[in-house]
Amino acid sequence: MDLDLSAVEPFRAEVRGWLRRNVPAAPLPSLETEEGFAAHRAWEGTLAAARLSVVSWPEAYGGRGASPLEWLVFEEEYYAAGAPGRVSQNGINLLAPTLFAHGTPEQLERVLPPMAAGEVIWAQAWSEPGAGSDLAALRATATRVDGGWRLNGQKTWSSRAAFADRAFGLFRSDPAAERHRGLTYLMFPLDADGVTVRPIGRLDGKPAFAELFLDDVFVPDRDVIGEPGQGWAVAMSTAGNERGLTLRSPGRFLAATDRLVALWREHGADPLLRDRVADVWIRARAYRLKGFETISRTDDIGAEASVNKVFWSELDVALHETALDILGADGELEGDWLEGYVFSLAGPIYAGTNEIQRNVIAERVLGLPREGRGGRQVGPGAKRGSG
Amino acid sequence: MKFVLDAEQRLFGETLHKLLTEAGTPALIRRWAAGDPDRTLWSALAEAGVFALAVPERHDGAGPLPVELVVAMHELGRHAVPGPIVETLAAAVLIDTAGDEELSAEWLPRIAAGEAVVSLAPGPRRALDADAADLILLAGDEELWSAAPDGAVLRSLDPARRLFPVAARERLATGPAVPRAAAAAYDLGVLACSAQLLGLGRALLDTTVEYARTRRQFGRPIGEFQAVKHHLADALTGLEFARPLAYGAALSFGSPDFPRDVSAAKVAASDAAYAAARIALQVHGAIGYTDEYDPSLWIRKVRALRSAWGTPAEHRGRVLDACSH
Repeated sequence: MDLDLSAVEPFRAEVRGWLRRNVPAAPLPSLETEEGFAAHRAWEGTLAAARLSVVSWPEAYGGRGASPLEWLVFEEEYYAAGAPGRVSQNGINLLAPTLFAHGTPEQLERVLPPMAAGEVIWAQAWSEPGAGSDLAALRATATRVDGGWRLNGQKTWSSRAAFADRAFGLFRSDPAAERHRGLTYLMFPLDADGVTVRPIGRLDGKPAFAELFLDDVFVPDRDVIGEPGQGWAVAMSTAGNERGLTLRSPGRFLAATDRLVALWREHGADPLLRDRVADVWIRARAYRLKGFETISRTDDIGAEASVNKVFWSELDVALHETALDILGADGELEGDWLEGYVFSLAGPIYAGTNEIQRNVIAERVLGLPREGRGGRQVGPGAKRGSG
Repeated sequence: MKFVLDAEQRLFGETLHKLLTEAGTPALIRRWAAGDPDRTLWSALAEAGVFALAVPERHDGAGPLPVELVVAMHELGRHAVPGPIVETLAAAVLIDTAGDEELSAEWLPRIAAGEAVVSLAPGPRRALDADAADLILLAGDEELWSAAPDGAVLRSLDPARRLFPVAARERLATGPAVPRAAAAAYDLGVLACSAQLLGLGRALLDTTVEYARTRRQFGRPIGEFQAVKHHLADALTGLEFARPLAYGAALSFGSPDFPRDVSAAKVAASDAAYAAARIALQVHGAIGYTDEYDPSLWIRKVRALRSAWGTPAEHRGRVLDACSH
């Protein structure tokens, strides 16, 4: 057991040097606004030109084939440098892993390079009005037609969709099948005929997500990922990416925590807030070390990804709540900490609510019996079983 | 970088777990609490190499091996082993670092061999199991003293923690090395206590999960209810994120970050183990609130250790003091 990072120090130094020279001196406008979205898209292009937008991808698609440790180090440096938020994160963290696992070579070559360059920004289209935590209740349909599929129905809480180019999600392709069966994973353009995007203001009014109305939207066969009808398995095989490390890397929290400690000191180091500041520092540190543990493991972390998701999402809220309390009466005023706070409040809700995550932890990590089965599942078998 | 235990380290933990399972610690804890400090288990732990982890090789030890020390203390915590084990490990560091060769030669080989039970007073002037110890240490400003019990036993919530007021007896060493040695011993004790808490918390979680799987109410195992599930999921999450802090601290042994890192580990381990204890008590219901039910020995030890080797508030202060820019 060791924490020897010397092998990645040259990479760290290169990243740090590049960021020092290239990170915009003034923060970009919020990426949840039209102006800010465009500025963040341009920044993705700058990153890509230095082959720093997707370091862990193979070189063929715009990456550097970086190891998981190098990726963690990249993230530490990225956020420590105060670099802009990643407008393409839905594509990079959610769609790309699915494509690497299930995509055809043609799909990889067509979809990944423009994603890496920020030329195509992706939105997710999972939830529906009647399918939130219970995602398998989804009703939007994909109907077989000559050469492809016709999409109909409504998607909602689609992050980034107000300004994004394309979206990916699950559709019911077999009307006779129920729940997790008969679903197909599809990609579609948000400017296609039949797509209506209605931006939704999040808690602070910024259009961070949108409703999508789909009326006979044509999608060619080449935009199906995996086998038709196998969409649930395709989506779930990489769901751990969203709940594990990749969606919120430790680097984000380490950098934000350093800023929190500085903020606390600037505001007189109030002893009444000391314990909360210390706890945030300790938890961010724990998440960093947990990340090193996760990438050191040789087994699949599986349902343990849910433990990570609960932890980082609650850490993010605690961190920003503490910052606002340090700011006192100024905490309600517009600014970076408030923006971060509003963003953090969504964390315990998206990517599977923390209540769903706790069920997953209890049933699949701890082996507690599933609800409503009268205990018939008690025993080691209770650890497996799907959604 | 490989931040997981290697096969040998895992085997060490499994060996201790097996040894302690066979020893049947609940009965030992109750005998210890009744004033029978039997040393059979102590010798077995020495045989397994536990005390040698804090003793350098030149005095017949194998240390310092802080990672293995965390492995060992996690297992000892898991079985709620009674006695001044953390104190003896910390005392080994204190004696070694104080720099008095004669003192080291007299005590360190005996500690490694399990022939010396040593206690000390890390906080207030009271020492754990002072009546059963071969040596009690008290560190003053630049003076290291031996001490002796000075009053009747103080009753702790944890019946196996027999605390005694102590008074200085004989000066053992002097000089500026003494406060440095006391600080080093304290930090190692904090790390060991953190690992002990993690083991206690893990045992309570495992016991409680098993109970929730088998205890039936309303015609079903109580573990089916989300109110119970979510408690247990939270207990796991706390422990899962406290563990890497303890191992991370072990790896910073000898660096300037060590005091900060052991304090972070102690805060997280105390909070996680305490939450696991509260949840264990709540999920067990009335039976967990009884003296006779063995897991209540674990629950009580967690509460006691939360404030031993520095309170959470003191350690939070040390963390923030260390990250001043």
